[in-house]
Amino acid sequence: MYTQALNTAEADDRGLEDAARAAQFQVRIDAEERIEPNDWMPAAYRKTLTRQISQHAHSEIVGMLPEGNWITRAPTLRRKAALLAKVQDECGHGLYLYAAAETLGSSREELVDAMLAGKAKYSSIFNYPTLTWADIGTIGWLVDGAAIMNQIPLCRCSYGPYARAMIRVCKEESFHQRQGYEIMLTLCRGSDEQKATAQDALNRWWWPVLMMFGPPDATSQHSDTSTRWKIKRFSNDELRQKFVDATVPQAQYLGLTIPDPGMTQDADGHWRYSEIDWTEFKQVLAGNGPCNRDRMAARRKAHAEGAWVREAAAAYAAKRAQRQTAQAAE
Amino acid sequence: MATPNTPLWEVFIRSRNGLAHKHVGSLHASDATMALQAARDIYTRRGEGLSIWVVPSSAITASDPAEKGMMFEPAESKIYRHPTFYEVPEEVGHM
Repeated sequence: MYTQALNTAEADDRGLEDAARAAQFQVRIDAEERIEPNDWMPAAYRKTLTRQISQHAHSEIVGMLPEGNWITRAPTLRRKAALLAKVQDECGHGLYLYAAAETLGSSREELVDAMLAGKAKYSSIFNYPTLTWADIGTIGWLVDGAAIMNQIPLCRCSYGPYARAMIRVCKEESFHQRQGYEIMLTLCRGSDEQKATAQDALNRWWWPVLMMFGPPDATSQHSDTSTRWKIKRFSNDELRQKFVDATVPQAQYLGLTIPDPGMTQDADGHWRYSEIDWTEFKQVLAGNGPCNRDRMAARRKAHAEGAWVREAAAAYAAKRAQRQTAQAAE
Repeated sequence: MATPNTPLWEVFIRSRNGLAHKHVGSLHASDATMALQAARDIYTRRGEGLSIWVVPSSAITASDPAEKGMMFEPAESKIYRHPTFYEVPEEVGHM
């Protein structure tokens, strides 16, 4: 999902740890105890979570860009206010997540710098462009819908600060999906032209959204450890299937066609989708998606242009502190 | 150039009159005034609070989770501190 790059294999350094402590740690995990920042944890657990939570945070922050693009062009004041609130929520989610990641020992500044340097990933989905207003509806409905599917189990993640951040995020995310679906519904009940933009947006977003859940289980090597540590509760394919099953009836209600002619419903009611083009996914993750360069450039520009604000705030705080010390001395 | 660190603050919010302030999370801000404003923007976008406290994270002294056994042991063994330890005949009624 927001941490797709984690699905690549990583050395498991369990052997290097104090075996007794690691065993005790696993007992706590198996007993569904929450792990808190100052508790002992295997180095690999700390590393995996730092990467996962910071990538999730980066995704929230970069995720503001495709939608922010439409704030000034929203069709009504109601839509504009809602979109502004949604983008502000994404920023808040990024901040909760950075705070959760920091409890593992890296500072937010280090994490942000890693992203700006291109060393840390964010979700592949935000490297696609938002060409029409219907894309904003589709993002809310599908991208946020997929995010909710992924985040609800994370509310029970073994790491306390991450689980607590996810609870806050999930509470707010439901509005995002509903406002997106409402946009789609309005377009689908509008003129033929409007409905066509809704279908076009669905056609472009469908496959990238399915890719959000990450590589198929058969090729995802990281999942085993994450599952054992109860960071991950469901596999990529399980979550993807849940999402598809929930989404197909919603598309039918809108009168839209899922752009997968091979899709069939099996005897158990599950919607079986066709093979996903994983070459595209790998390309986007490698930095070659339609908007990767734009997104990174926009983040770097915002960070650089905000430097004077950070400096001014720090200088002001230092001056005030100095004055207080001087006054106290008098 | 590496971005310089901004101080960390812990945020406590009282949601309704009569309830205590509760820890909701943390944030970065250069001073207390900015920390309060950021806390409002980050943690109370949907009317979650009537009052906010921000405390520099460095000002918090925490107990060591590794020593929680020893720390809380005195409370473990004193069941006579709980009302159900005492027997009151049923005829006496609710007490």
